[in-house]
Amino acid sequence: MPDKKTAALILEDGTTFHGFSFGASTSVSGEVVFNTSMMGYPESLTDPSYSGQILVLTFPLIGNYGVPGDQMQDGLLRFFESDRIHIRALVVADYSFKYSHWNAVKSLAQWLQENNIPGIYNVDTRQITKIIREKGVMLGKVTVEGTPVPDKFDDPNKENLVAKVSCDEVMTYGNGKRRIVLVDCGCKYNIIRSLLVRDATVIRVPWDYDFTTIDYDGVMLSNGPGDPQMCGATITNIKKAMEIGKPIFGICLGNQLLSIAAGASTYKLKYGHRSHNQPALQVGTNKAVITSQNHGFAVDTTKLDEDWEPYFINLNDGTSEGIRHKTKPFFSVQFHPEATSGPVDTSFLFDYFIQNIDQACKAQKK
Amino acid sequence: MQSTEKIEKVILLGSGALKIGEAGEFDYSGSQALKALKEEGIYTVLINPNIATIQTSENIADRVYFLPVTPEYVEEVIIKERPQGILLAFGGQTALNCGVKLYRSGVLEKYGVRVLGTPVQAIIDTEDREKFVEKLDQINIKTIQSHAVTTVEDAKKVAAELGYPIIIRAAYTLGGLGSGFCDNEAELDALASKAFTYSPQILVEKSLKGWKEIEYEVVRDRYDNCITVCNMENFDPLGIHTGESIVVAPSQTLTNAEYHKLRHLAITIIRHIGIVGECNVQYALDPNSEDYRVIEVNARLSRSSALASKATGYPLAFVAAKLGLGYGLHELKNSVTKSTTACFEPAIDYIVCKIPRWDLGKFKGVSRELGSSMKSVGEVMAIGRNFEEAIQKGLRMIGQGMHGFVANKELSVENIDEALSHPTDKRIFVIANALKHGYTVDRIYELTRIDKWFLYKLENIIRLEHEIEQYHTIDSIPESLMLEAKQKGFSDFQLARTVTKCSPAEIEEKIIEVRNRRKKLGITPYIKQIDTLAAEYPAQTNYLYVTYNATAHDIDFPQDGKSVIVLGSGAYRIGSSVEFDWCSVNAANTIRKNGLRSIMINYNPETVSTDYDMCDRLYFDELTLERVLDIADLEAPKGVIVSVGGQIPNNLALRLKDQHVPILGTSAEDIDRAEDRHKFSQMCDEMGIDQPRWRELTTIEDIYEFADEVGFPLLIRPSYVLSGAAMNVVSNKRELEHFLTLATSVSKQHPVVVTEFIENAKEIEIDAVAKDGEVLIYAISEHVEFAGVHSGDATMVFPPQKMYVETMRRIKKISKLVAQGLHITGPFNMQVMAKNNEIKVIECNLRASRSFPFVSKVLKVNFIEIATKVMLGLPAEIPHKSAFDLDYVGIKAPQFSFSRLQKADPVLGVEMASTGEVGCLGEDFHEAILKAMISVGYYIPQKNILLSTGDARSKADMLSAAQALQKKGYNLYATQGTADYLNQNGVHAEVLHWPDSELKPNTLDYIKEKKIDLVVNIPKNLSETELNNDYTIRRSAIDFNIPLITNARLASAFIHAFCRLDKKDIKIKSWNEY
Repeated sequence: MPDKKTAALILEDGTTFHGFSFGASTSVSGEVVFNTSMMGYPESLTDPSYSGQILVLTFPLIGNYGVPGDQMQDGLLRFFESDRIHIRALVVADYSFKYSHWNAVKSLAQWLQENNIPGIYNVDTRQITKIIREKGVMLGKVTVEGTPVPDKFDDPNKENLVAKVSCDEVMTYGNGKRRIVLVDCGCKYNIIRSLLVRDATVIRVPWDYDFTTIDYDGVMLSNGPGDPQMCGATITNIKKAMEIGKPIFGICLGNQLLSIAAGASTYKLKYGHRSHNQPALQVGTNKAVITSQNHGFAVDTTKLDEDWEPYFINLNDGTSEGIRHKTKPFFSVQFHPEATSGPVDTSFLFDYFIQNIDQACKAQKK
Repeated sequence: MQSTEKIEKVILLGSGALKIGEAGEFDYSGSQALKALKEEGIYTVLINPNIATIQTSENIADRVYFLPVTPEYVEEVIIKERPQGILLAFGGQTALNCGVKLYRSGVLEKYGVRVLGTPVQAIIDTEDREKFVEKLDQINIKTIQSHAVTTVEDAKKVAAELGYPIIIRAAYTLGGLGSGFCDNEAELDALASKAFTYSPQILVEKSLKGWKEIEYEVVRDRYDNCITVCNMENFDPLGIHTGESIVVAPSQTLTNAEYHKLRHLAITIIRHIGIVGECNVQYALDPNSEDYRVIEVNARLSRSSALASKATGYPLAFVAAKLGLGYGLHELKNSVTKSTTACFEPAIDYIVCKIPRWDLGKFKGVSRELGSSMKSVGEVMAIGRNFEEAIQKGLRMIGQGMHGFVANKELSVENIDEALSHPTDKRIFVIANALKHGYTVDRIYELTRIDKWFLYKLENIIRLEHEIEQYHTIDSIPESLMLEAKQKGFSDFQLARTVTKCSPAEIEEKIIEVRNRRKKLGITPYIKQIDTLAAEYPAQTNYLYVTYNATAHDIDFPQDGKSVIVLGSGAYRIGSSVEFDWCSVNAANTIRKNGLRSIMINYNPETVSTDYDMCDRLYFDELTLERVLDIADLEAPKGVIVSVGGQIPNNLALRLKDQHVPILGTSAEDIDRAEDRHKFSQMCDEMGIDQPRWRELTTIEDIYEFADEVGFPLLIRPSYVLSGAAMNVVSNKRELEHFLTLATSVSKQHPVVVTEFIENAKEIEIDAVAKDGEVLIYAISEHVEFAGVHSGDATMVFPPQKMYVETMRRIKKISKLVAQGLHITGPFNMQVMAKNNEIKVIECNLRASRSFPFVSKVLKVNFIEIATKVMLGLPAEIPHKSAFDLDYVGIKAPQFSFSRLQKADPVLGVEMASTGEVGCLGEDFHEAILKAMISVGYYIPQKNILLSTGDARSKADMLSAAQALQKKGYNLYATQGTADYLNQNGVHAEVLHWPDSELKPNTLDYIKEKKIDLVVNIPKNLSETELNNDYTIRRSAIDFNIPLITNARLASAFIHAFCRLDKKDIKIKSWNEY
């Protein structure tokens, strides 16, 4: 075990948790959020939706299976959800300095250090979670011994995080028969993979790109970080796409953007949903699904245009989990059907999206 | 509920006596299911002969039948009760097998009984291996390539094709019975022949030794909604039965991709098979890829599901019962938060570690090697916030003198390589030993195939121990190191021993020194809640554990003097099991009923006492002095009850009192006066109470001298055991010599207690409750067997049927004297011997005993409720009810698990060997014993009985039984001496030659060919040097699944009972009808 360097998590309300450093020797500030899932840290850390956030993992034993290598598949890193770590800092209870897994090539600590991300362990992550649960998400700093402490608490939600994580130019993946535009607001790779296995060509466009100029069969609105109200340009484009009428499928931030385009409003949840065990019920049925989630904002469906209806609701707190158009092939969900990390139970929504596309194409040909 | 038809009455099948592979977890499952049904206003009928369980207590089921869980009896109950529904998934394999038979024979259909939950066809699809593989093939899910065969020859052929090593499994058996690995054809030959005695079909499979073993607990409702409540990873790789393996939850070495691949497969499987309720899916996972095989699916609640419930706080059995009634998962609430839905997957923010408890030392000749068949008798679950903390806690909880992973008595291992690659019950300590001897993690991995992650963590503990060793006084341990050690699960004992290297005599003092220094430094543990959602939502229950990896408590401590702590029983083991759980739960209930707060401390996941809604606060944690003090410091209780959880809490009494923890009931000093042999003897002498003569001796010469004085046989109880069982009876000087030189060491440090052994004496038990030294209520029971059979293995009769009034009177008098002398307030139990009205006290325990639930339920007076009230200082109403008023008889009979303990000699002696018990009621002795014997697996023989009845005396004892058998038309076979004796006395018996004889007809052939329906083999003497022939007969009877009785008195009682009564004479009466 290396020499121990101390580190601390300082919350906006002044509460301080002392631990030790295992990541990069640097101090940062950001929004402190917790995630209760029990596995999948390589996927979570590279999820662009975490941009600007200090991530607290409630599962205490982290680093067990190391970090996989950077093999490529279909132009994407095979084992990650984007090309870099997006969190600002990682907070865990018990870090495994030694790892064991056939596909690991380095330790979590090494990976964090390479990406200049600080990590802190040996803190009471359950207590941090309870504070956030009671007081709501708050800003915080992670400070590492011997590095300058940021003087201010930086609020990432004031920035346009989407603009920071979206791609810079149009990129095309695969050569499938369905042409799907993917609006990249901070897209997880597995959305692309989920489309590619379903015989699609994925045209990934920047968040503010006017994709309606492209010839496409369907639109996929990706997940992403921060406040949806920052994405005015995307919402404008979505409204245009709704006029075009070809199938639309939104995930997470994509759901919030489609909902805003459909007349609904959004609000910030007290402490968000970040876990692998969120139950959602398909409205009007007895079909309940376990979903992977990562969002701090939610949709208020009360002002939804009358052509739209709730699709899924959260069984724990009744919040909206998705909407759909009553007649047109537009729908979106707040959870992550692409999973990684998390349960894959709702991957049928991709099939549903593809069906919508095929039906629309067939109708067009007729 | 949206059920199609109204269900008003439901039968639930229990699992019967506790046995290896089927233990207390089913009391928990069944109790939960009954609770769920009750909530719906459904009238519940329970069939379970296990009288010591919670589920067979008052106010759980509406009706209880203490009857065998076999198709005949269940059918009779169905005819009598006419229920609309039946639940099969809550009573283990016993209930499931019985249910499948009732379905196949058309009984369920005939009486319109609907199976609630998983349909029987789905159960059959998972139980029949061939059908199971076929079913999974349909959805392209990989199973272990396996071939069903019905002959040994076919098995060999298949094995040759697959290539060795192979594994064979018997279909329709519990816990891997009749299964095992074979490296060559000879091994296959032997194992396959045996497996065919359990099952007409065996499976030959390629062995995947070294793959990871992973389990998922899956739930499905009738709307096809599925969740996986928990996954678990075996520390030991495939090849060691999951019941024999250390298990952690959740999995630790699986990536997201692996975890969710297996989770998704589990859901696909459960949907395809059509489970409604709960099931368990076991996988083998390649440690070098994502390749997998499905090992098996259990379409019922299981040991793993009980563990998963305790590990997560998700009440699987309760939910499964509700789903069986037609609810959807989304229509049920999470029992912990009471606000969120039950349709979710628990998020754990700690790690649990399950460790099996073995008692192999209790058996003669048993193989200690672990394999694909289960031998453990119990388990513990430890909770921590890192692996080191959890496993060190767990290793202490096991209760076999270990203090964690390190700082134990040095284990001598001759060949570490060999011991690592051929694991025994000591495996984990062999790893500690190897690490200390400089073995690298890589080397240990090569030999064990235990994932390196676990080994690295164990290495951390060794490294920390090494760091601590650098200090030689408690005061010099640096604060940061002290904290780190506590965070990695080191106990104060481990710290004290590692630093001071003090003698056992000083350790107690040193432990307290560590504790005081710790407290001065502010290093104290925190209390965390298990809440199913990793703190995402507030929890409404107090399911708690203790950890040093925290900086805040989850709960407040009222410290208002209204909390009472009950210390539970710990791991089930031979000698302490579900009966103490019953006592603990009843004590907690009584505390609650009287307006006080009940706090339970226990760590056994197979119990009802560790169900978080049975008490106000449940600390799922250690029952060590240190931990109880930690909790007492925080809770400042009114007092602690140490007398309902068996010996573990009892042993803490004096030590807790020394640390100023108030003990409720009998004082700690008086408990010590009963426990300390010398003090107790002295008291008996003063009061004129007789005891068998005994002496504690330190030299072999003294022992011989004592033997000359009192004569043989003698009971020898060494304090230090080299090999074999700890206690033994020797009949002559030669045996004494043999035992003293081979099995024990005698010295000043290791004294030996030698007691005179009285032959042919009656053994009698008194269970009683006293207040301030005055007996309030008592129950006297007698053993069917003579003294010499451990009281836990004896067949007990209450009220006694064959006892002199004078004996009874004398026993009562002695009980009163003892209660007075020890100022007893609370429960106590005494064992006495009686011969010709002379009474000698063998033992006295100032705590509840194994037989408390039995006598309480037979007499219908709750002894524990009275005892608890008395201990709380509350007035207790004593019902004016005497055993003389009962117009029925209760019999408690032991359940043995010899069939699982390969090579063990199935003979009874002074060491307890049974793993469970039943208690049945009858209108007379004969009816009660017949029910009890059938409940523990005997059956009324068809026609052929083999007698081999030992020495002259037992031959004579058995004569009238043999005459009864002949009269009844049975064919009697006997070994030479017995046949001669019988024929001389006018009973015709055909001679079968001894197993070692070439002559035909031979006993062994008859047993193997299953021509015998009952074997009675009475050992010739009480010594260990038993004739090999007798051993072979007994062991073969067990291996070929033929009922065996080895005690002449019990054999006579059973034979007379079934000669006198027919099956139809057995009354189908529920408990409340007596």
